Amino acid sequence: MPRYMLLQNYGEVESHCAPMTEWTPADIKAHIDFQNVLNQELSARGELVDAQGLAGPEVAKFVVSDDTGAPVITDGPYPESKELLAGYRLIDVETPARAIEIAAQASAAPGPNGLPIRQPIEVREVLSAPDPEV
Amino acid sequence: MSRNRATEDAATEGRLRELAPRVLGAVARRYGDFAGAEDAVQEALLLAATQWPAEGGPDNPFAWLVRVASRRMVDEYRRNDARRRREDLAASWSTAAPDAAPGPSDDDTLILVFMCCHPALRPGAAIPLTLRAVGGLTTREIANAFLVSESTMAQRISRAKAQINASDEPFALPPPDQRAERLRSVLHVLYLLFNEGYASSTGPDLTRTDLSSEAIRLTRAVRAALPDDGEVLGLLALMLLTEARRPARTGPGGELVPLAEQRRDLWDRELIGEGVALVTEALRRGNIREYQIQAAIAAVHDQAQRHADTEWSEILALYELLEGMTGNPMVTLNRAVAAAMADSPAAGLAILEGLDERLGDHHRLYSVRAHLLELAGDDENAITEFRAAAARTTNLREQQYLTTKAARLSRTATSPE
Repeated sequence: MPRYMLLQNYGEVESHCAPMTEWTPADIKAHIDFQNVLNQELSARGELVDAQGLAGPEVAKFVVSDDTGAPVITDGPYPESKELLAGYRLIDVETPARAIEIAAQASAAPGPNGLPIRQPIEVREVLSAPDPEV
Repeated sequence: MSRNRATEDAATEGRLRELAPRVLGAVARRYGDFAGAEDAVQEALLLAATQWPAEGGPDNPFAWLVRVASRRMVDEYRRNDARRRREDLAASWSTAAPDAAPGPSDDDTLILVFMCCHPALRPGAAIPLTLRAVGGLTTREIANAFLVSESTMAQRISRAKAQINASDEPFALPPPDQRAERLRSVLHVLYLLFNEGYASSTGPDLTRTDLSSEAIRLTRAVRAALPDDGEVLGLLALMLLTEARRPARTGPGGELVPLAEQRRDLWDRELIGEGVALVTEALRRGNIREYQIQAAIAAVHDQAQRHADTEWSEILALYELLEGMTGNPMVTLNRAVAAAMADSPAAGLAILEGLDERLGDHHRLYSVRAHLLELAGDDENAITEFRAAAARTTNLREQQYLTTKAARLSRTATSPE
């Protein structure tokens, strides 16, 4: 079965709603519950491999080797932090269509007043090992 | 997985796990090869787990396991060319008549714990090794608990064992002059294991082995072997008193509930009773150190009927003692909270001054400051600090809690609905 990474970053969402820290507590709760329920459903269907949220850009670091052994480390936050990954789901599904379906569900997570936030979800297939016959 | 097994299997599993450290002790002592014995015992346990429920257990399970593990070891020695020189020796070893009764099990457990929590090992290696060798968990169960693949965990465990083998430590208790220092690493590893279970928040945790219970079980075993050590008592008490609050620590949706808002009727009274008795005993022995003080603090919290009844002046005095002993800035943070509650929010905030350079950009500093500002009625600055804390925490549930906290305050600060 193909595996897909569903990725979401800190960028603008299509509903252009306020950042979560400005929502009402009830809306935040509804959003978190939605994510948990979605993960439970995927898990129950045997489709969830892993789902994680990542710690924020404030605690991120960029590391580049300086070619002499001492790496150059840049601490966050970064001006381009909207492009940073915020979280991912790794799923193992029967068809590409199913991956799209799950991504669409995730994108419709509720925001302020229960309206879908319409977050863009990047769907990337994970490269598989070569076929044993090849 | 193991959660769905029949009761028969569960009974076998429990019995095997009790026997695991004793069998390993017997085999490792006989062959003087900890790493090899550990592999062999693991195989014997796996065989027993599949065979016993189906065919019925042997009359003497201990002897059976020692015999099977010994046979595995000899086979392994024979198979391994690099070990050919040992073959004659291995062949001469008896595999037929192991000791019929377990040896002095507490001693063996203790020796194993000392080996697995060897100071040469990092906690990330010592913890899984201890769970396997002393706790009798399978590699798969440990891998599940830490959310890594079974092969990754197997590698981590065998590298840990290779390090222990390289240290050439005999299978015996550390010499008396090193014992106190070595016990510190043991208790540290057990403490980290407990926290890993208590704080774990990521992933679908339905199938995760309960690491906190494992830590308590192992600490009980160490206590049985060292009944007179105050810090062992203190650590066990701390675990029990913390574990007692677990049912109240998360809400129905898995959200974090802070101590002040927990439903105290959900706390486990039995664990609290045991923990309080232990910490009382530990403190009576004198020579008070860190875990005893932390346990005493937990006991004060657990004995308050309501949050408002908490004896904050006692907690403040205990944190002062602990701070003097450790010089740890995280303790200073906790002292600030206690001072705010015992005295005034301003007193707490004053203690936080100057912690910035010692704690850097740590999320706990932001969240404590946020709470104290809220207590002082400075909602606007509290919101900023809650948001800063939420942005910096690496714990998902904490992040959700802090975000919600900021949201709730902004509601009351701006537009009451």
